[in-house]
Amino acid sequence: MGESDERDPAPVSDGITGVDATRCNGARVVLQACDVTKFYQLDEVEVRALRGASMSICEGEMLSIMGPSGSGKSTLMHIIGLLDRPSSGSVIVEGEEVSHMTPNELSAVRNRRIGFVFQSFNLLSRTSALANVELPLIYSGISGARRAKIAREALERVGLGDRLGHYSSQLSGGQQQRVAIARALVTSPSIVLADEPTGNLDSRSGIEVMSILQDLNSQGITVALVTHDSNVSAHAQRVVHLKDGLIEREEYVKNPIQAAQQLAEINAQGGDEE
Amino acid sequence: MNLLESFRIALRALNANKVRSVLTMLGVIIGVAAVILLVAIGTGVQEEVTGSIEGLGSNLMFVFAGNFEGGGGAGGPGVSITRQFTADEADLLDRRLSKDDIVVPVVQGPLILKNGNRTWRTTVAAGNEFSTEVFNSTLEEGRFFRRSEVTAGSRVIILGSSVKDELFPAASPIGRTLSVNGQRFMVIGHTMAMGGSLTGDQDNQVYMPYTTAQKLLGTRDLSSIVVQAGSSERVEVVKSQIERILKPSYGDEFTVFTQEQTLGIFEQLLGTLTVMLAGIAGISLLVGGIGIMNIMLVSVSERTREIGIRKAVGARTYDILSQFVIEAIMLSVLGGLIGIAIGAGGAYALNRLVPMQITAWAVVMAFFFAAGVGIFFGVYPAFKASRLDPIEALRYE
Repeated sequence: MGESDERDPAPVSDGITGVDATRCNGARVVLQACDVTKFYQLDEVEVRALRGASMSICEGEMLSIMGPSGSGKSTLMHIIGLLDRPSSGSVIVEGEEVSHMTPNELSAVRNRRIGFVFQSFNLLSRTSALANVELPLIYSGISGARRAKIAREALERVGLGDRLGHYSSQLSGGQQQRVAIARALVTSPSIVLADEPTGNLDSRSGIEVMSILQDLNSQGITVALVTHDSNVSAHAQRVVHLKDGLIEREEYVKNPIQAAQQLAEINAQGGDEE
Repeated sequence: MNLLESFRIALRALNANKVRSVLTMLGVIIGVAAVILLVAIGTGVQEEVTGSIEGLGSNLMFVFAGNFEGGGGAGGPGVSITRQFTADEADLLDRRLSKDDIVVPVVQGPLILKNGNRTWRTTVAAGNEFSTEVFNSTLEEGRFFRRSEVTAGSRVIILGSSVKDELFPAASPIGRTLSVNGQRFMVIGHTMAMGGSLTGDQDNQVYMPYTTAQKLLGTRDLSSIVVQAGSSERVEVVKSQIERILKPSYGDEFTVFTQEQTLGIFEQLLGTLTVMLAGIAGISLLVGGIGIMNIMLVSVSERTREIGIRKAVGARTYDILSQFVIEAIMLSVLGGLIGIAIGAGGAYALNRLVPMQITAWAVVMAFFFAAGVGIFFGVYPAFKASRLDPIEALRYE
């Protein structure tokens, strides 16, 4: 094992799956993709978005899936987030294979076990932050005062305790994404998946969002995010590189960037300039 | 998730999209109100006309000289009148028919009335002492003419309400005299206002003994003979009796119209009118329906994204459908009820200008059609979207 530690943390395996990113070194596997493919027709041309990707997300880790645009990383994220179905291959959520599940069973898994954060926030318009965060709880069957209380706590956790009644249109992009994160974690899921969470944000808001994700991860929540930006992926402990619909390689980040520290530095610089 | 929760979600969604909710409702409201109003006008006019004819009494028969049934129809070019009736034919009928049946010789014609410097043109409807039975007018004051006055051809006159208002605006005309075509007449009564009807403006009319009218107009002819059967069951019997009595002297050159026939002609006309109005109503429903459909379809992309979001956070197909069904039902039913209120209120308010009659079938049809369109176009796109994978719904453009 000493040999491989020096070169590359993940040994190359045979076959089209490329790198074996499916082990968790003793930790529990929260989510697993096995040989996932996704083909679709686009103007009579078959697009092969994923050509057999396999990977695991381990409990408690912060993982980044990285790749250039067109590498299939968002497609992979949607498939492991159960928002989309693979053409072949399987997705296993906490040991349960989902390919045979009905749409309603998938809804229940998304509701209880997976929190999803979108690049474009996807909040309900003309609806308050609190009501947006309450949404998953409605579908979990939690009602009344308890639902409002849990939603309020989730918003407080992302630092928006004073914006409960604001509509999405009254919030900045960073704030909207924090509402979306609160919505993702309000049902206490096993994992939070984020698809380019900083993609629509300015750099400072992006760092704030990363800081919140890191903070959640430090509290024990498993986080996986997709990005094309190496600065963003450097916040994760493990990075899976995707290229042309295949896992190319994976790497462990020795010292992930601490977004909270970055924020403090930015604030300090701002103070100097004044 | 229970039904109550679905209601709350639907209410929240409606509240969050007020403009869309109001526009959708407006489509339903306009469709329903338009249909109710239009059908109310059609039915109202029909009822009024039918009523005014029926008010004359359903056991009336009108005997005219001339063969109206041979060709052309009433007043048509095929009618040849060789010989008018005179009082002799009326007497003949009176003698030969049962005592229960009333025979009224009728003379009609134009007159010029003068009271001092006030002049008024009008028409006379002259009959015998039984005229009240067939002319369908009620006295406001005074009396009708008597048998003796008919026999004598007395110059007595009863004024219609607007004639009275024109010639005697201030005081009661009873016992006063006025000039009719240059001859002095005494006013013995005047009638209550009736309003216009298809049989002519009865308020602008005067009544007198037919003998008097014949002298005044310089004729021995009658305009027609009106026969009232003792009971409505006897109308057909009396009709054939009249035909038998007049046949020897008139052959086929006369026609007996029953009230039934007259009514039939009008009802046919008015039925056509109602069909036309129903057509207009149908078109307005269609337009209203298209309005509802448009606003529903325009909001499909936004709603599909909303469905994508809801499914992504765990909504099941049932949750989505129940929300959208409830939303559509609430909008359509509320819109329908407001439409009924506006339609009925409008019909009530306009009743002074045009006769209006609200019909249940129009209300029910308008309501269910508009509500049906609203619910279909509210639910169907949502049903389709609810079957998409969440990511497809979120990507929907």
